[in-house]
Amino acid sequence: MQTYYSDLLVIGAGLAGERVAVEAAQEGFDVTCLSIVPARRSHSSAAQGGMQAALGNCAKGEGDNVDVHFGDTVRGSDWGCDQEVARLFADAAPIEMRRLAHWGVPWNRVVPGKSFYFKGGEKFEKEEKEEKRGLITARSFGGTAKWRTCYTSDGTGHAVMCTMDNRCAELGIDVFDRKEAISLIHDGDKCTGAVVRCLRTGELEVFLSKATAICTGGFGRIYKATTNAVICDGGGHIIAHDTGVVPIGNPEAIQFHPTGIVPTDILVTEGCRGDGGTLLDVNEERFMNIYEPEKAELASRDVVSRWMTHHMREGKGVKSAYGEHLWLDIRHLGDKHISTKLREVDEICHHFLNVDPRKQLIPVRPTQHYTMAGVRTNKDGAVYGLKGLFSAGEAACWDMHGFNRLGGNSLAETVVAGGIIGVKIVEFLKGYETDFKTALVADAVKKQQDRIENLRSGANGKENVYKVREEMQDALMEGCFVFRNDAGLKKCIDTLQGTLEKARNVGLVSDGLGANHELAAALKIEGQVKLGLCIAKAALERTESRGSHNREDYTARDDQNWLNRTLAYWREGADMPELQYEEATPHYEIPPGDRGYGGGTIIEADKAEIEAKTIKK
Amino acid sequence: MSRQLEFDIFRYNPQDKGSVPHMQTFVLDETENMTLFIALNRLREEQDPGLIFDFCCRAGICGACAMVVNGKPRLACQTKTVDLPSQITLLPLPVYQLIGDLSVDTGSWFREMYQTTESWIHTNKTFDPTALEERMENEVAEQIYELERCIECGCCVAACGTARLRDDFLGAAALNRVARFVVDPRDQRTDRDYFEVIGNDEGIFGCMGLLGCEDVCPKGLPLQNQLGFLRRKMGITAIKEIFRK
Ligand SMILES: Cc1cc2nc3c(=O)[nH]c(=O)nc-3n(C[C@H](O)[C@H](O)[C@H](O)COP(=O)(O)OP(=O)(O)OC[C@H]3O[C@@H](n4cnc5c(N)ncnc54)[C@H](O)[C@@H]3O)c2cc1C
Ligand code: SF4
Ligand code: SF4
Ligand code: FES
Repeated sequence: MQTYYSDLLVIGAGLAGERVAVEAAQEGFDVTCLSIVPARRSHSSAAQGGMQAALGNCAKGEGDNVDVHFGDTVRGSDWGCDQEVARLFADAAPIEMRRLAHWGVPWNRVVPGKSFYFKGGEKFEKEEKEEKRGLITARSFGGTAKWRTCYTSDGTGHAVMCTMDNRCAELGIDVFDRKEAISLIHDGDKCTGAVVRCLRTGELEVFLSKATAICTGGFGRIYKATTNAVICDGGGHIIAHDTGVVPIGNPEAIQFHPTGIVPTDILVTEGCRGDGGTLLDVNEERFMNIYEPEKAELASRDVVSRWMTHHMREGKGVKSAYGEHLWLDIRHLGDKHISTKLREVDEICHHFLNVDPRKQLIPVRPTQHYTMAGVRTNKDGAVYGLKGLFSAGEAACWDMHGFNRLGGNSLAETVVAGGIIGVKIVEFLKGYETDFKTALVADAVKKQQDRIENLRSGANGKENVYKVREEMQDALMEGCFVFRNDAGLKKCIDTLQGTLEKARNVGLVSDGLGANHELAAALKIEGQVKLGLCIAKAALERTESRGSHNREDYTARDDQNWLNRTLAYWREGADMPELQYEEATPHYEIPPGDRGYGGGTIIEADKAEIEAKTIKK
Repeated sequence: MSRQLEFDIFRYNPQDKGSVPHMQTFVLDETENMTLFIALNRLREEQDPGLIFDFCCRAGICGACAMVVNGKPRLACQTKTVDLPSQITLLPLPVYQLIGDLSVDTGSWFREMYQTTESWIHTNKTFDPTALEERMENEVAEQIYELERCIECGCCVAACGTARLRDDFLGAAALNRVARFVVDPRDQRTDRDYFEVIGNDEGIFGCMGLLGCEDVCPKGLPLQNQLGFLRRKMGITAIKEIFRK
């Protein structure tokens, strides 16, 4: 058996993982990164819009500063975030963007002079100052008071990912692709590495390390309709949760985006609606103006997703071979606008739908988009429950997003958190010694070998992994999607418990040899169903509506009872998660209040309690 | 009535001792807006779970799914079946090491390329977290980005006659990578430094200029211009080198 040693093992080589790796390698530590795909194919490279940092260079960003960014982030989270963490994030973001520029990111820059921009389909003029020429510029994004989103044309994630991966190559970091971690090596107290399946040969390998960081991104793929890449399947969450001592933070906090295209659920940008696009139903009639007379299509992501779902439930959806959907209409924006400002949308329509958006409608539906849920860490990125285990990026619940993540804040989180947590890992590694117990390692490997053998031989049963997966995805789409209610959630839990049983009885149809995909799917299906059950159970218990978690039967945000974070544990041998709660934030810089959008009522928290926890400046 | 599609797919699993390379035929009913991503996943889930192929973003942005479709290297995820005849032949990309069926090891190839071309900014400046960023003209930034759009799908290399003949040839993607750093003012390397990497037959002088590469690049990168640009630049450097000796 191939065994590798390093000071730091980073599972996941997206932006968060590689940023952590760079920090440790710069300090002279020996770092290994693992990834299912070549690092640059990580989902980070799919982000087009940009990343937030309060640089305040461009005209519409004037007066911006880290306090305003902090405020937007806290309000965006619907007061579900850890304010200490949001503060760390907002303060460090500008420095991190400049560092990226130093490493090679070709950020778009300020061009002095007059230019036009569109807002709600209307044309406005702005003027950039000469003194700001050549500094990093920014664009507008939902939920922000200022233009704060740094970008490189329509490929921010791609450009930053290239630069980060180049930096890894420069530092000589071992980045192994086609390696999938399938379990952690731990003794219930500390983590000392991982058992890994090589996706070239199918062989098992052992990676031992003093510290391990889980940076495996989101787990959107447990939903049927998701904008996420096919590798965003929760592998990292599963191996952490599987230890029985690591909790998933806020599993019920899942974000949905209004406009994924049908059938492939690829995202078309919010810009379509921002620039004046409309949503139509089966009769090609507008409906958002009925539900939200004021903001109509321009209401926030969650609100639009909700009304779209409602409208389809009313029987106004368009039937298709891939399920129901609605239409996005941008025909009236005209050829010039579409081929310049919405170039990427034009290309997606052409490549994936054979649709010319100048003449035809675009089929869309609300789609899973982001997981605020994640491996729970403290503000240093240290995972609850296991010493030597850290987590960063979308995989983690660090928790600066609370119950709703703002556009542009997650890509920024990957590098900002990666930097901060990287420093903390370096502090941890300095002066830390550990021992690798051979029996523990052999045990961990044996357990995985047995699992694989049983799946191959069908010793547990003959359930088809793809059918089981579909059952799980359907159950979550039904019960844990945009709208949630008591009956739906109970039914979802019921179904998923049956699915869990089936997941435990999966057997392979193929031989499972080499780079076999069926085996990879089978190895994580039980863990995925468990994640689903955590979402459903936590959503059932949380009898309020906060951010993306929306209860039809409890529409108010209940600060009296629910100003807290869910921690979902899965104890060994259990059939349901165990839920615990902790305070959302150790203190308030901004006491709970109205978000300023999305409407809804608030059941206020005890004034004295909040007062006692508020920092006076 | 929807069409019946017939897929002829290359099969070989090097990890299975009994496996021999062969073509296998699958039949599938076409559905609306079907892409090869949808079709291949359906084949795997419904007909043969042992089928090996790669997808990641399934949105034409990551480069994972390149394969030879009816004779041409392209991204499977952004290939619609309506644009193809009902007879579809799928082969893995040539040049790269085969992992199984339609999956090839582009990852190792590109990692090696980063090391050969030293694919990072070379500078002796250190980062100062308290200072403003160094200024750059937006035009320059856009020019760099234009060359950085490569998704490392490997199509250009697979379509290149030289790369198929000699496995030490750097290929269009690598040469484009070098061009990206040549235009970046932050990189302090000189033409002579670059000459040492690409001023030979494995590099720019091995390219025959037939441009199979640009024709297949799914991102429409201006490979022809870049190859021409580097050839001129390196030609001049070569002459200077001769006089230095
Ligand atoms: C379509 C789309 C557009 C977006 N646009 C924006 C935007 O404009 N702005 C913004 O702020 N955010 C955006 N986001 C969100 C943002 O892109 C992600 O949150 C962020 O990139 C996540 O980065 P990460 O490093 O945490 O994980 P990822 O980039 O997803 O990387 C995960 C890594 O883990 C590896 N991995 C996974 N499981 C395992 C395992 N078991 N073993 C080994 N390796 C493993 C993967 O191979 C990969 O390398 C967008 C998201 C989507 C889906
Ligand atoms: S132009 Fe050069 S790099 Fe491109 S295909 Fe021809 S020989 Fe290969
Ligand atoms: S240059 Fe084009 S064809 Fe070649 S690897 Fe890059 S994106 Fe693919
Ligand atoms: S799967 Fe990413 S480009 Fe096709």
